Amino acid sequence: MTSLSASMIKRPVHPVGVWGWMTTIDHKKIGILYGITAFINFLIGGVEAIIMRAQLSGSNADIVSPEVYNQLFTMHGTTMIFLAIMPLGAAFFNYLIPLQIGARDVAFPRLNAFSYWVFLAGTLMLHLSWFLGESPNAGWFAYAPLTSTAFNPGHGVDFWVVSLQVLGIASLAAAFNFIVTIINMRAPGMHMMRLPLFTWMTLITAILLVLAFPVITVALLELLFDRNYGMNFFFTAAGGDPVLWQHLFWVFGHPEVYILILPAMGIVSEILPTFSKKPLFGYSTVILAGVIIAFMGWLVWSHHMFTVGLGPIPNTVFTITTMAIAIPTGIKIFNWIFTIWKGSVEFRTPMLFAVGFIVTFTIGGISGVMHAMSASDAQQQDTYFVVAHFHYVLFGGAIMGIFGALYYWFPKYSGKMYNEGQGKTHFWLMFIGQNLTFFPMHFLGMDGMPRRIYTYGADMGWTEVNALQTAGAIVIVLSVLVFMKNFIQSWRSGKQAPGDPWDARTLEWSISSPPPEYNFEEIPIVQDRDDWWAQKRGLVPRVAPSEGSGDGHGIHMPQASFWPLVAAIGIFVGAWGVIYSVPVLIIGAGIMIFGVYAWSFEPVNDPEPTASGDAN
Amino acid sequence: MAQAPTAADAAAPEAHSDGEHEKTTTGLNHRKLLMWAFLASDCMFFATLIATYLVYKGKSKVGALPEDVFSIPVTSVSTFVLLMSSMSMVLAYAALRRGSLKGFRIWLLSTILLGSTFLGFQVFEFYEFINHEVTIDCHEFAANPDGFSPFEAGIAGDECTEGVDEYEGIHGLTPRTNLFGTTFFTLTGLHGTHVTIGVIWLLGLFFYSFKKGAVTPARHLDTDLAALYWHFVDVVWIIIFPVVYLFGVFEGFPT
Amino acid sequence: MATEQMTDDHSLAAGPAGSEEAESHSEHPTPLTYFKVAMTLVVLTILEVVLFLIDALSYGIIPVIAILSIAKFALVGLFYMHLRFDHRLFYTMFVAGLILALGVVFAIMGLFSWFDV
Repeated sequence: MTSLSASMIKRPVHPVGVWGWMTTIDHKKIGILYGITAFINFLIGGVEAIIMRAQLSGSNADIVSPEVYNQLFTMHGTTMIFLAIMPLGAAFFNYLIPLQIGARDVAFPRLNAFSYWVFLAGTLMLHLSWFLGESPNAGWFAYAPLTSTAFNPGHGVDFWVVSLQVLGIASLAAAFNFIVTIINMRAPGMHMMRLPLFTWMTLITAILLVLAFPVITVALLELLFDRNYGMNFFFTAAGGDPVLWQHLFWVFGHPEVYILILPAMGIVSEILPTFSKKPLFGYSTVILAGVIIAFMGWLVWSHHMFTVGLGPIPNTVFTITTMAIAIPTGIKIFNWIFTIWKGSVEFRTPMLFAVGFIVTFTIGGISGVMHAMSASDAQQQDTYFVVAHFHYVLFGGAIMGIFGALYYWFPKYSGKMYNEGQGKTHFWLMFIGQNLTFFPMHFLGMDGMPRRIYTYGADMGWTEVNALQTAGAIVIVLSVLVFMKNFIQSWRSGKQAPGDPWDARTLEWSISSPPPEYNFEEIPIVQDRDDWWAQKRGLVPRVAPSEGSGDGHGIHMPQASFWPLVAAIGIFVGAWGVIYSVPVLIIGAGIMIFGVYAWSFEPVNDPEPTASGDAN
Repeated sequence: MAQAPTAADAAAPEAHSDGEHEKTTTGLNHRKLLMWAFLASDCMFFATLIATYLVYKGKSKVGALPEDVFSIPVTSVSTFVLLMSSMSMVLAYAALRRGSLKGFRIWLLSTILLGSTFLGFQVFEFYEFINHEVTIDCHEFAANPDGFSPFEAGIAGDECTEGVDEYEGIHGLTPRTNLFGTTFFTLTGLHGTHVTIGVIWLLGLFFYSFKKGAVTPARHLDTDLAALYWHFVDVVWIIIFPVVYLFGVFEGFPT
Repeated sequence: MATEQMTDDHSLAAGPAGSEEAESHSEHPTPLTYFKVAMTLVVLTILEVVLFLIDALSYGIIPVIAILSIAKFALVGLFYMHLRFDHRLFYTMFVAGLILALGVVFAIMGLFSWFDV
């Protein structure tokens, strides 16, 4: 197979430019690709939100039709969860994990590239549905039987199903990669209980991913089979039960929300110690709490189904388990607060976002506990109270954490310093904006405003509050614009950043900004938790590393490859074939199989002496 | 938390990982770790399919039911075939470790043949189900209606009219027929897909072994990984056989 | 099916943090052991089918068949998949997935009234 590729297209050797990006297997470049793509998706999801907010800002508005509105909230939710938050997390997993554990790359670099390209395929597929007038419209959770061909004859739901399957492949591949990387590629001395919190949360998230995604994979297949082959999984006339869809979806869906929040919790656990000049309070406890949350996350799913009529016993059981999961969450929050307590606190932009996270995530957690009780949830379910809750935990939680990370590690991945004043402006605008937008939703919900309505009557008394919320959303937009200006300008022409601008604690700060291709000139010998901090403060005697000549030469990095891209293209083509045409499906499958086959026979590096990376 | 560096920290001993000389933290090979993580994940895949099957067991409103179509003797034989393929797979791996490339190829080929035979049984079974023929002696039905399954009784009720002695017709079970058809074909079909992927993988490995130096006692990881996948597919069938087939025709359970 | 390349992986994987018990080469079962396991599997399967035909056991058949299946599963996992002789991490990973899988199946069965009396 290597001769095949050599005769057709040569395997890239230190490629540059666009071809370099297309064939890269460097985790840092892949992280940047994920970040840019995911951020664009965040903007698209934001536009979808703004259109909805415009439509809702007045009673009986007709900016969009009800049909389009249904597509908007479906696409907004699906985009934000699968195309924005998860891959923004993945961007940081990619960039940071090898740096934090003292490795040169992930365990399977080409699989890593494959994950990104397949993610891009899923992104394109879902967004392109808009242009075909065939966007899904049944909510991000797609309840049966609304998703059946009887009620949804177009291709919208098929786009949703197939895009999610494609995205699932990307997520699974990445998760397997990080599990192996974190377990198996740690530097000498980097025991599990010396790992940075972000790495720990990444490991837990990845484990959740590989166990939860197969469930939605099967559910999606069942829905696909119902819609396209006339099967009976959720077809009531044959005895199919739509509640089964709900169960299968939420068995996946609840662990999914922990997949969304745990990385942000890891980020906050890194930022707070750095800007408090104190180690994380209760390191082991925070990790244990994360493990417990991940485990208990499997025990609560039917709290999304309290009003379906499961009966008093299931409702009671899930009430208890859901309330219980607040405990490990609370433990984390207390540990974060104790980390700041009596620290030498510096409120730089990342710290503002981390502290802001604690405030808004906690508010979201409180409304969550209110939902936990099935009796009170009976009033709250399907109202704006729920919308308030999850926006507080997802925007106030995950997104705030991610912006914190974007600023915190900005010097590391861009090599430049961002503008601190603009960063703070961004934070305050965003913090005020999100509270203006989402806090009133609690009251609207208690007043009975249902979810997923495209308009409401003038006499409901909801008009002013909705208008206020729309104003809040515009403030959020402004804050994002400030961020983008800061981000782009600083990356282009900001001040050069040192390796360790924050006097931070973990290994990624011990190398230059940005790091060289091979990350570490010498693989470090780790002797402590927060080893870099310990080194700087002379807390541990230094041991000479075991390898490396100190100048980067003789380090063999794995070679670039285009087969992951080819395999991903095959999946993309095949996915369209699933919806539209069996011959296209076969062609796509063929391309994918060819790509995977060639990839398996391609060595990690071509055996020519000049091919291996002399570090530049 | 500061500890003095230990010899283990500073040294970098060769990992004992199957002849592949990667240095890894645990000493275990990356790909083997990946395969086990994948198998754990695949457990959840089949769990969801089995859960779906069990939820709908006994709930079909029309059409053939397990007791009408299942042949426990035939499925027992195919189960036996798959079990033997696991034995031949592990013997292939053992032969390779011992240095017998010829033994490896023979046992590997046996695995491929046994696996293909299992697939043949599945195809045969699917074909039989889809073209299931119902034959009813109407006089017997009149004399002893309880001796017929609900499915056949329904057909007899419709077809055994005045003057009809015997009825013969095709009442196939397809994925569209009823809940049983949907869940059965999906579960066993996806299992069969896993088996097919396994057979293709093993075939590839078989041909690969003819390339000089490709498959040797030192380079046994490829075979180890393929074997793990193959055994997993067998282990899933070990669950499907009793849960779907045996419990399918068990009188105490809803069918 | 990746072609194993020896040299490049040195640079990627850092050295081991400690000496974990690697695969114990001295404990490989012999082909005879594998054959005995196979025969046990056959016997267990025959038992399953035969016992199943005994109506008298009624619902008692369920735990019996469950135990027989678990025994078969364990034999293949421990011996053929080598879990008995390999690093404990593999066993832990697989069993964790398995327990979760079983939990989900039983929970969903319960929610769909399988265990209602």
